[in-house]
Amino acid sequence: MNIDRARITQMITLEISGLQALLDALAKRGYRVIGPKLRDQAIAYDDISSVRDLPAGWTDEQEGGHYRVTRRSDDALFGYAVGPHSWKRFLYPPIQQLWRARHKGSAVSVTPVPPSAERFAFFGVRACELHAIEIQDRVFMNGELADPHYKARRENAFVVAVNCGTAGGTCFCVSMNTGPGVKRGFDIALTELVEGGAHRFVVEAGSDKGREVLAALPQHAAKPEEIKAAEAVVAKTASSMGRAMKADDVREVLMRNLDNPRWDHVAERCMTCGNCTMVCPTCFCMTVEDSSDLEGLETSRSRRWDSCFTMDHSYVHGGSVRGSAKARYRQWLTHKLATWVDQFGTSGCVGCGRCITWCPVGIDITEEVAAIRNSESR
Amino acid sequence: MAPVTEKKAAVTVHDPMLPRVARVRKRQRDLADVWTLNLEMEDGELLKFAPGQFNMLTVFGVGEVPISISGDPAEDGGGLVHTIRAVGTASGALTRLGLGAAVGVRGPFGTSWPVEEAKGNDVVILAGGLGLAPLRPMIYSVLANRRHYGRVALLYGARSPEEILFRSELEQWRRRLDIELQVTVDHAETDWYGSVGVVTTLVPRATFDPHNTVAVVCGPEIMMRFGTAALRKAGVPDQSMYLSMERSMKCAVGLCGHCQLGSAFVCRDGPVFRSDQLGSLMTVKEL
Repeated sequence: MNIDRARITQMITLEISGLQALLDALAKRGYRVIGPKLRDQAIAYDDISSVRDLPAGWTDEQEGGHYRVTRRSDDALFGYAVGPHSWKRFLYPPIQQLWRARHKGSAVSVTPVPPSAERFAFFGVRACELHAIEIQDRVFMNGELADPHYKARRENAFVVAVNCGTAGGTCFCVSMNTGPGVKRGFDIALTELVEGGAHRFVVEAGSDKGREVLAALPQHAAKPEEIKAAEAVVAKTASSMGRAMKADDVREVLMRNLDNPRWDHVAERCMTCGNCTMVCPTCFCMTVEDSSDLEGLETSRSRRWDSCFTMDHSYVHGGSVRGSAKARYRQWLTHKLATWVDQFGTSGCVGCGRCITWCPVGIDITEEVAAIRNSESR
Repeated sequence: MAPVTEKKAAVTVHDPMLPRVARVRKRQRDLADVWTLNLEMEDGELLKFAPGQFNMLTVFGVGEVPISISGDPAEDGGGLVHTIRAVGTASGALTRLGLGAAVGVRGPFGTSWPVEEAKGNDVVILAGGLGLAPLRPMIYSVLANRRHYGRVALLYGARSPEEILFRSELEQWRRRLDIELQVTVDHAETDWYGSVGVVTTLVPRATFDPHNTVAVVCGPEIMMRFGTAALRKAGVPDQSMYLSMERSMKCAVGLCGHCQLGSAFVCRDGPVFRSDQLGSLMTVKEL
């Protein structure tokens, strides 16, 4: 990791007690702190108030269609990759009411649901997830049509990032140039050091807000050997990625292969369940639903997450544009890796591996891209 | 001091997802399952629009659908005229609304027909079925400024004589000597004296200079695919052909993801596209 001098001189070290002080400081400032927690045998994001809420000593074992939490040999608090949740569920909740209309006689008045004033502190955001948030910023805060709900939650959020100390079996952030070290987009960044009974965090601020919070915590200036150890943690993680994808020309490869027979091959396995789109930290498709009370005096509209794997997604009267599993998988993959670039100037994939892990049949995005690529050279 | 009366704050909320309330002022049955509704905004706004654009219409408590505007852009309220086929829950509910009923309106959205670009050229208007409705504002504009255009051909195909939309207007247009109107139906009983066959068969019969023509095409996707092919065969380059795409839409502002066609959001980058911009997107199945 390439850290410049100025950043190094400002790095500090926190003990576990300092980490608790950080959680307290965030709560005291009115933040609702969300962080990783062991829940239903997965590491999920939930409300936390204490270091004891964090999954100390747990790690996750991830492969295509496979996720298990297992014990580590140490008490690391962040010794796993990413779980089924991403921060999108807080910035862009699965269901959001948009407006309510009151009907009195023939009069109708439509009132927008105001954006949430909730201030989140996200605790333990990974490098890939910071990139995912940055990508959703481009989707939802795109000029005059910015989404007021996303914007409010996003602008109020405080981000405590964590440099990854463990690469998951399905991780490929190095390929996507999105990790495992955090570079920008955080208020505070932590690197966890667990060695020989010592448990410390090398910490840096990424914003004035972050600096202000750190200033009051019990700490010492990070020692050169601690900074070196922190850099080694990221380097080790980078060298142990579970997967890789050649990403530089993937857009062109996919767009000239819209009729590749590999799409039929993947369609034989794909159940079009949409899990990949639900766990993806950047997928943003939504649908709207209108509802009414029994008397029709109040009606409302809500939006909720949708998936391009449903038949409804492309339904126009008479039928769905993408009726086959092949067409729906192709839409998802080409959008994520190719047309997304045209739309938002960035890939829609951050290499977190969730779509591989949580696919019930273990379809692997890196393998599918490689298969299409290799079919060209045959 | 006199008490300050609480003023209703005139907040200009710019929330593109928020419908404004309009009322049904006129409703007219065009076909067995097709109605034209004239709406009026409660706040009096006339909703300026460009031919080819669409609005999102809400029946409160039922749902919202994208409906193209079929009114005359030169008329007040032309942007609030919609021709709707009852095919789904929301479109069906729209056609059943009585006079004075409330409708939520968002819009207008999307790109428009090349009304300006076509000036100085021959114009071929190729419409299939209900595709005539989104083209009607373009027809009004061309006829209102007739001298700016070369030859004008309106080629219209319907499934059967009973399915011919805007019949009385077509008859008015037929009486004009400055527009070539040809109508065909896919199938008919023996009492039909007009031509029978798909709309693309009208293209070779129409008079236009292919190198100096702007063609606009609207209808079912398969009709547009064969329609543009027929025009191409007649010598019209893809850069001079425009078509209006239909996709599922939930937001109309490029956020919901439903209307994607390749890298385009049909709601925002369309619905009107120039044929050369679509390219292979029209020929890859189930894209």
